Amino acid sequence: MRSFGTPEFLFMLQAARWTVILSLIAYLGGGALGAVLAFMRVSGNRFASGFARVWILLFQCTPLLMLLFLVFFGLALTGYGQNAYVAVTVALSCYAGAYFGEIWRGALEAVPQGQWQASAALGFSRYEQFRHVIVPQSVRIAIPPTVGFMVQVIKNTSLASIIGFQELTQAAQFVNNLTFQPISVYLVAAAVYFILCFPLTLLSRRLEKKLHVDRPSPVAA
Amino acid sequence: MAYTFQFGAVFASMDLLAKGAWLTIQLSVAAMVAGLVFGTLFAVLRSFGGRWADRLIGAYVEAIRNTPFLIQLFLIYFGLPSVGIALDPVTAALIGMSVNCAAYTTEIIRSGIMAVPRGQIEAARALAFTTTDIIRHIVLFPALRVAAPALGSQFILVMLGSSVVSTVSAEELTAVGHVLETETFRPFEVYIVVTLIYLAIAFTLKLLFAWLENSWFARRGRL
Repeated sequence: MRSFGTPEFLFMLQAARWTVILSLIAYLGGGALGAVLAFMRVSGNRFASGFARVWILLFQCTPLLMLLFLVFFGLALTGYGQNAYVAVTVALSCYAGAYFGEIWRGALEAVPQGQWQASAALGFSRYEQFRHVIVPQSVRIAIPPTVGFMVQVIKNTSLASIIGFQELTQAAQFVNNLTFQPISVYLVAAAVYFILCFPLTLLSRRLEKKLHVDRPSPVAA
Repeated sequence: MAYTFQFGAVFASMDLLAKGAWLTIQLSVAAMVAGLVFGTLFAVLRSFGGRWADRLIGAYVEAIRNTPFLIQLFLIYFGLPSVGIALDPVTAALIGMSVNCAAYTTEIIRSGIMAVPRGQIEAARALAFTTTDIIRHIVLFPALRVAAPALGSQFILVMLGSSVVSTVSAEELTAVGHVLETETFRPFEVYIVVTLIYLAIAFTLKLLFAWLENSWFARRGRL
């Protein structure tokens, strides 16, 4: 039986690379999807807004694990085989997209209505109002909760291990099966997650103080 | 796509799924109650219990909130037996979910406490209220009212997150899904039905929390 030493630790660190990559994929895919959903929610088009609302509601009320299973096994039905990479990418993006969409919708709606009207009065088109007046102000509101949610994404990539994806948690399980030292192995895994997550948590908290978002805007509605 | 959906085998096992869903609900409700009780206690201790209570509970909150639930669960279920504490899966799941939930509720309720205007606490001090009385009569109710919406969303996340305890073989809804999957070889149909059950539970909780919030807090005037 092996004991938990440097090679095992390095093996876990290497797998942690996949935790980071998966998180980045979820940020990109989820970010793009979330932007579209948030835009649809405030577009004023009833169908687009309704669609985005239902999407967000459904994905926020589905366990991420079920999402992973559905994509994983659903993909097999289409004849592409069971591909953990694609399944994890799609599921994490759909999941993160719903949350980013909801966060950003809230931020966009927190910009006072008067800002739309004022920029309309200045002759901005609807797109220009959105692009030059509303978005820049809502970014300030959106950043702290967005960074906060990024922590959730890192932690939730651990679920990919359940459908057999080789990231940090899966590597920890593997090392534990070799060494039978669950406490040390899982504490080390927890420490690695903590080192990835905690700086973001602190950043989110600092931004919240700095950008002072509990008061949505200095410009009163 | 030449695939015929067959839900027959899944619907034939509806009693098993109902049993799993019932355990999911039981686990979630227990974790919510534990989270509410300990979260309130810890939040009060952090705010009124002096520097060491604040630091200690703060460390617990950060440790839980910055590591995955799955790893916490593994530490409890696979780690504790190696120091002589062997737990059955359901107990391990319950402890894991409660410890996890309480960290989040502590933070939510603490921000509720911080939203109580300083002047009210100082006024109560000037009227010679003891700290216990201040907490009971001045702080707790408005703090919980501010915290209520966030607590509701957190509790729904706890219920959804309970699907993860299937990994330590607690026989809840997702675990029943695993069993049916291997029996029927119809994973997609099985997980669609399981997902729909989760959605139904989540929507019910959403409505329930909205109703509780209204009936509990709305009638008692503004903050």
